[in-house]
Amino acid sequence: MNLSPEDLFVDLSYLVASILFIMCLRGLSGPETARRGLYMGEIGMVLAIAGTFFAVGTMQIAATHRLHFTWIIVGVLGGGSIGVAISGWIPMTQMPERIALSHAFGGLASALVGVSEYFHPEEGIGHFKMGALGFEVFLGFLTFNASLVAFGKLQGFITGAPITFKGQNYVNVSLFVVALGALIVLLVYRDEPVPWLPFETKYVFTGLCGAALLIGVMGVLPIGGADMPVVISLNNSYAGLAACATGFALNQKILIISGALDGSSGLLLSRLMSRAMNRSLTNILFGAFGTDISPTAGAPVAMSHNEATVEDAGAVLKASQSVIFVPGYGMAVSQAQHAVRDLAASLGKRGVNVKYAIHPVAGRMPGHMNVLLAEANVPYDELFDLDAINDDFQRTDCVVIVGANDVVNPAAKKEPSSPIFGMPVFNVEQARSVIVLKRSMNAGFSGVENALFFSPNTMMVLGDAKRTLLAMVAELKDGGH
Amino acid sequence: MGNLFVFVLASFVGYQVISRVPPLLHTPLMSGTNAISGISLVGSMVAAGHADELSQILGVVAVTCASVNVFGGFLITDRMLRMFHRQPGKKAP
Repeated sequence: MNLSPEDLFVDLSYLVASILFIMCLRGLSGPETARRGLYMGEIGMVLAIAGTFFAVGTMQIAATHRLHFTWIIVGVLGGGSIGVAISGWIPMTQMPERIALSHAFGGLASALVGVSEYFHPEEGIGHFKMGALGFEVFLGFLTFNASLVAFGKLQGFITGAPITFKGQNYVNVSLFVVALGALIVLLVYRDEPVPWLPFETKYVFTGLCGAALLIGVMGVLPIGGADMPVVISLNNSYAGLAACATGFALNQKILIISGALDGSSGLLLSRLMSRAMNRSLTNILFGAFGTDISPTAGAPVAMSHNEATVEDAGAVLKASQSVIFVPGYGMAVSQAQHAVRDLAASLGKRGVNVKYAIHPVAGRMPGHMNVLLAEANVPYDELFDLDAINDDFQRTDCVVIVGANDVVNPAAKKEPSSPIFGMPVFNVEQARSVIVLKRSMNAGFSGVENALFFSPNTMMVLGDAKRTLLAMVAELKDGGH
Repeated sequence: MGNLFVFVLASFVGYQVISRVPPLLHTPLMSGTNAISGISLVGSMVAAGHADELSQILGVVAVTCASVNVFGGFLITDRMLRMFHRQPGKKAP
């Protein structure tokens, strides 16, 4: 092996950066070490970029190439300012949208590099490189569009309900067949002419890109808002794998390593999320929740519920020694996290033991509820996972459910006919009393009725969660005991 | 072949390390790995450094996209992590 000192410097910077990236993820295993880990990641990033600048700089000494150098700096500064602008001011409630957008950017970056490499390779395209490029543009463009659709759904530009039409699965399968066919043709012929095709090979490559873009859109349209945590995790994984493929195509190990880290984190999260819903990934991707399920499944509609006022709920809270809050997507929608904290604080002042039960798929992305409650200044040692808290409900006086539905539905445990049967849920019905804060008695768009809402020890307080919670705080204040 | 080796090893190490991340930190994990995979900036730079115009244009757009993720990703992850704190007066176990 013949290494010039420049190559050695670049390789060394990449090696140290990779180690720092792994240390960064290692730091994330606990909130105490997380920020220190993140600094390591940042140092790693600076090192890797400096190394690359150095590499690009030594490669190109001719005056014309200096121009490109300027453009690279313009891109870095421009993109950097956009990133800082978005991330510095975006409210925490918009976090799922911001994550979806960042996957779109990541996918696009990989895809564009792939396109540029195919049309103007530094050296010829071998079979292996062609395979890497094919995966790169396929995953890159797919992630780009899938993340944009996810962003649109989260933001409300596109309805959060599943969008389905007749023959949808045939269209999707055909698109996959087209993409796979294009990939095979490219693998065999690369950029050389294909004898049996009436057009140039580059159109096969363009076709692959087009199919990937369409699959991205078609794949996410039929997926409902409640399944967004899985979609976001999967996009995370694909964006990482696209970066990985870029690394294979350009023969850059640092890209392979960081792409693999990103890819495996996305894969792990998607598995955790789908396990928390007791559904397979295929079922989520092709099942279109809410369409193949008869909405009559579950409790009959004629059952009556206990509608309670804020005063009633306040009286129950005053008589409680222990309270568990169960937040759901409804808390994010009405931005009630600060009000939840206020209520918990005034309960805490009365000597009540307060905890929060966080379901893995509550909200629209992994960890959504944790971030919102942390923003509202809730200490993280009051937040408990499903397994950690599920046995506590039977010893709890009162459970307050803030905009959660499926994760507290007892049908998941009792009714095999229910579409969510088998999903691990909170044993809230074991608590002495349950207060549910909900906008209306409508079933969510998953269309699954929830027998908990009709149980005799459940009080339904309908209306905007934030206003209800603040009214409860006031009730606790002037109500004495 | 060497690259495949690196890929398998990195995925394995990644999976091992990441499976220790508690659900509490899943969102920072996602934005953090996203920032790290913004390292595709490195690949974009190489493309932007090519001699032909198409590569340069695509490369610069890619550099911009990747930079959004690198700078934005680290910033927002830090913003999130700063919010996590324990109950005042309680010590780490």
